[in-house]
Amino acid sequence: MHAHLHLIRALPRITRPLAAIALLGLAACHSKTADKRHTLLNVSYDPTREFYADVNKAFSAEWERQHGQKPELKQSHAGSGKQARAVIDGLEADVVTLALAGDIDSVAKAGLLSADWAAKLPHHSAPYTSTIVFVVRKGNPKGIKDWGDLIGEGVQVITPNPKTSGGARWNYLAAWAWAEKHFGGDPAKVRDYISHLLRNVPVLDSGARAATTTFAQREIGDVFLSWENEACLIEKEFPGKVAIVYPSLSILAEPPVAVVDANVQKHGTQALALAYLEFLYTDAAQQLAAKHFYRPRSAAVACSLPAMELVTVDQHFGGWATAQKAHFDDGGTFDQLYGSKP
Amino acid sequence: MSHPDVTTESKPVRLLLIAGAGLIMAGLLLLPLLAVFIEALRKGWEVFFVSLRDEAALSAVTLTLTAAAISVPLNTLFGVAAAWAVTKFRFKGRALLVSLIDLPFAVSPVIAGLVWVLMFGSHGWFGQWLLASDIKIIFALPGIIIATMFVTFPFVARELIPLMESQGSDQEEAAITLGAGGWQIFRRVTLPNIKWGLLYGVLLCNARAMGEFGAVSVVSGHIRGETNTLPLHVEVLYNEYQFSAAFACATLLALLALVTLGVKSAIEHFTDHSRSVL
Amino acid sequence: MHQRRVIPGFGLSLGFTLIYLSVLILIPLAALFLKAAGLGWQEWWNLLVSARVLAAAKLTFGASAAAAALSSVLGTIVTWVLVRYRFPGRRLMDAMIDLPFALPTAVAGITLTTIYAPNGWVGAYLAQFGIKAAYSPLGVFIALTFVGFPFVVRTLQPVLEDFTKDTEEAAAMLGAGRWVTVRRVVLPMMLPALITGFTLAFARAIGEYGSVIFISGNLPMKTEILPLLIVSQLEQFNVPAAAVIASAMLIVSFMLLFSINLLQRWLDWRHR
Repeated sequence: MHAHLHLIRALPRITRPLAAIALLGLAACHSKTADKRHTLLNVSYDPTREFYADVNKAFSAEWERQHGQKPELKQSHAGSGKQARAVIDGLEADVVTLALAGDIDSVAKAGLLSADWAAKLPHHSAPYTSTIVFVVRKGNPKGIKDWGDLIGEGVQVITPNPKTSGGARWNYLAAWAWAEKHFGGDPAKVRDYISHLLRNVPVLDSGARAATTTFAQREIGDVFLSWENEACLIEKEFPGKVAIVYPSLSILAEPPVAVVDANVQKHGTQALALAYLEFLYTDAAQQLAAKHFYRPRSAAVACSLPAMELVTVDQHFGGWATAQKAHFDDGGTFDQLYGSKP
Repeated sequence: MSHPDVTTESKPVRLLLIAGAGLIMAGLLLLPLLAVFIEALRKGWEVFFVSLRDEAALSAVTLTLTAAAISVPLNTLFGVAAAWAVTKFRFKGRALLVSLIDLPFAVSPVIAGLVWVLMFGSHGWFGQWLLASDIKIIFALPGIIIATMFVTFPFVARELIPLMESQGSDQEEAAITLGAGGWQIFRRVTLPNIKWGLLYGVLLCNARAMGEFGAVSVVSGHIRGETNTLPLHVEVLYNEYQFSAAFACATLLALLALVTLGVKSAIEHFTDHSRSVL
Repeated sequence: MHQRRVIPGFGLSLGFTLIYLSVLILIPLAALFLKAAGLGWQEWWNLLVSARVLAAAKLTFGASAAAAALSSVLGTIVTWVLVRYRFPGRRLMDAMIDLPFALPTAVAGITLTTIYAPNGWVGAYLAQFGIKAAYSPLGVFIALTFVGFPFVVRTLQPVLEDFTKDTEEAAAMLGAGRWVTVRRVVLPMMLPALITGFTLAFARAIGEYGSVIFISGNLPMKTEILPLLIVSQLEQFNVPAAAVIASAMLIVSFMLLFSINLLQRWLDWRHR
C-alpha cells in the first residue's frame, strides 16, 4: 500500500483523488483473510429469517463461552433455488440451510460439497421439519377444509412459483400426494386435479415471503398454501384476520442443512461450521425451532403443533432427484399442466 | 386597445389544460411520492427512526454511499475523457464510438447484472482464476460497484458531449498559442466552461447509482449487513412484513430523489441548461 | 484535419475511453453473446418461440408500447402547458417531471403496489368497479407509464420551446381556428420529437425491472415480463437460456437505440 501512495504522489494533482479511489476499489477486491476463521455465512431460504436470528444469538454465546471469541454470523435469505444458484455462482456460504434436499444436491453437483452430504448429520441432515398447511381468511368464508376444496369455482389459491421457490415445490407435491390417494392413483384424474388447482392461482410469486405478502398484506386470494411455520407467523402478525386449516394429508417437509466443504476449507471454518450445524440438534436450538413453529426432532422438546398424516418425498416420490425431474424441470408436469386449457 | 392573441387558446381551454396537466402530475407522480412518506410514518415517528437506526439499515446506507463514491468519480473521469476525445478531435469511427457510449441505456438492468455473473461467477470466464487467487467480485462490494458502473456509464459523457460540441475548441486553441500545456488548458479553460454541465451529469449519474436495483440485485448475494444496498434493504424489509420500516428506508431514497431534482432545477435556472433526462 | 490535433491529449483521452468502454461494456456483452451462441440455432429458435417466452415478450412489448403511447399523450398535454402557459407552480411542476427518473425503481415498485393493490388507496376504488390494477397486466402498464413519462416531456420540451409563433400567426391570419391550427400546424411540427420521445419511453420500458416485479404478480404466461423471465431462468440454473433471452432482448434494444439516433439526426436536420 505504501508503494501505491508514492505512485499517487507522482501523478498530476487532479488525478490523485481518482487514483486513490481506484486503489480503494482494488483493496476492496482483496478479501480480508485475518478474521475469516471466526466468520460464518449461512445462506438460507425465505421463512427462516426470524428463526436463524435467534439461533445465531444463542450459538454465538455458546461458541464464545467455549472458545473465548465471539464469532461473526452472517445471514443471507431469498428463495431457496435462487440461493443455491448464488452459492454455485460463487456466493461463499460456509453452511447452506435450504428448503429442500434438491437444492443442496444442485450445489453438490457443482462440486462444492460431496454427494453424500445428507448422511453426515442425523435425520438425513434435516434438524427440524415442517409441513404444508392452508391459511384462510377469518371465518373461512369459502369453507375450505381439504385439498379437494381448492379446485372449487371461484376459489383463489395463493402459492409461490415451484420453479423458484422451495416451499412451492412442497406445496405441489403435497397436493399431488393427496390427489393420488384420493383418486386411487388414477394418473389422468391426478393431472386433471393439479391443472384445475393451478388455474385457481391468481398470483405466482417467486418466493414464499412474497406470496405471504400477497395473501396477508394485499389481501388477495382465499387460501394460501404455506409452510406451517410461516402460517403460524402470519396468524401472529395478523391476529384475527386469518385462520389455519389442517388438511387430511400433507407432506413431511424436511429442510436440510449442510456444510459447504469447498468454502470452509478455503476460509478455515470447518470447526465453526460443523459446530453451528450440530448446535441445531441441541435442545436449546430445538426449543427455538419449536418457538418459531418448526417441528423439532428432539423428543425432549415439546411440540405444540397437531399431529397429522404426512407422506415423505423418499417414500412417495422416490427421492428429490426423481421428483425434481418428473415435476419441476423444464418440460416436467408443472410445465405441462400450468396454463393448460380446461 | 388589446386584441385577442391568436396564437394561444381561449381562457377556458387554457384553464382546462392547466388543470388537466396538474391532475396528471398529481395522479402519476405526486401520489406515489406522498405514499412513500405516509406509509413510512403510519406507525409513528418512533418506528420511523428506529428503523433508520437499525444496524442493517446503517450498513446498507454505508454500502450505497461507498458504491456511489467509487463508481461515480470513475464514470466522471471516463465521461470527461470520452467527451474530450469525441469533441476535440475528428477521427474514423467517431460516430460509432458515440453510439457505443449510449449502449448501456438500452440494456435492461437485469442483463447488466447477468453479464458480470457470466464474467466473474464461479462458472464464468474468470471464475476459476478468481477462485484460485481468492479474489471476490460477484456477491461482494466489487461486483456491486461494477454493476453500478455499467448502468451509470453513459450519464456524464452524454451530458458533456453536446455541450463541448457546441462550445467548439477556439478557446483551447487560443490558449495553446499562448503556450499553455494540456492540463493547464483543461483546468483553466475547459473546466470552467463545462463545470455546470459536468455537475449536472454527475448529479444524474449519482442518483441512478444510489438507486440501482435490478443489476445490483443479480450480483449482490443478499448478505444482511454486508452486501445489501439501500434499495435491496428496502426489498428485504418489505418481504419481512416490516412495511413501515421498508418505507422509512424508502424515504431516504425519495429524499435523495427530491434533492437531485432540486439541485437539477437550480442548475437549469442559473445556467439556462436545457432540461433532459438523457 | 490534421491541424485540429494541435489540442493535446488525443492519445490519452481516446485510449482511456476505449479501454474503459471495452472493459466495462463491450467485453461483458461479448461474454453474454458467446454464452448464448453456445446453443445452436435450433435451440435458440425453440427457446424463443416457447409459449412462456412468447407470452412474456408479448406482455413486455405490448405493455411497453401502450405505456409509451399513454405517456406520449399525457406528456404532450403537460409539455404544452409547461411551455406555453404561465401559472403559479409552473417551476415546481417542471422540476417534478423527472421524479420517476430520480426515484429508485424499487421504491417506485413498492409504492405503486401499495397504491394500486386491491386494498390500496386507488386499488380499493378500482376494485369496486371490478378492475384489478395491481397483479394484472394493467399494473405492469401503470408502472411502465410512470417510468416512461419524463422521457416524452423532456424530448418535446426543447423542441416546443424553439417553435416561433410565426407559422401559427400565419395560419390564424389565413382564417384557421385555433383548434385547426394546432391540429394542422403545431402537431405535425411536434411529431418527430413525439416519435423520438415515444421510442425512448418504449426502450426504457422494455428493460424495466425494479418497479414492475412488485406490482406485476409475476404469473408465468400472464404477468411475467422478459427481464423477470431472465432472472427466473438464472435461478433455475438455466444460464444458457437466460443468456439467449437476454441476447435477443439486447438485439431488439440496440435496434431501437439505433432508430432513436437516426430519428434524432433527422430531427436535427429538419430543425436547421
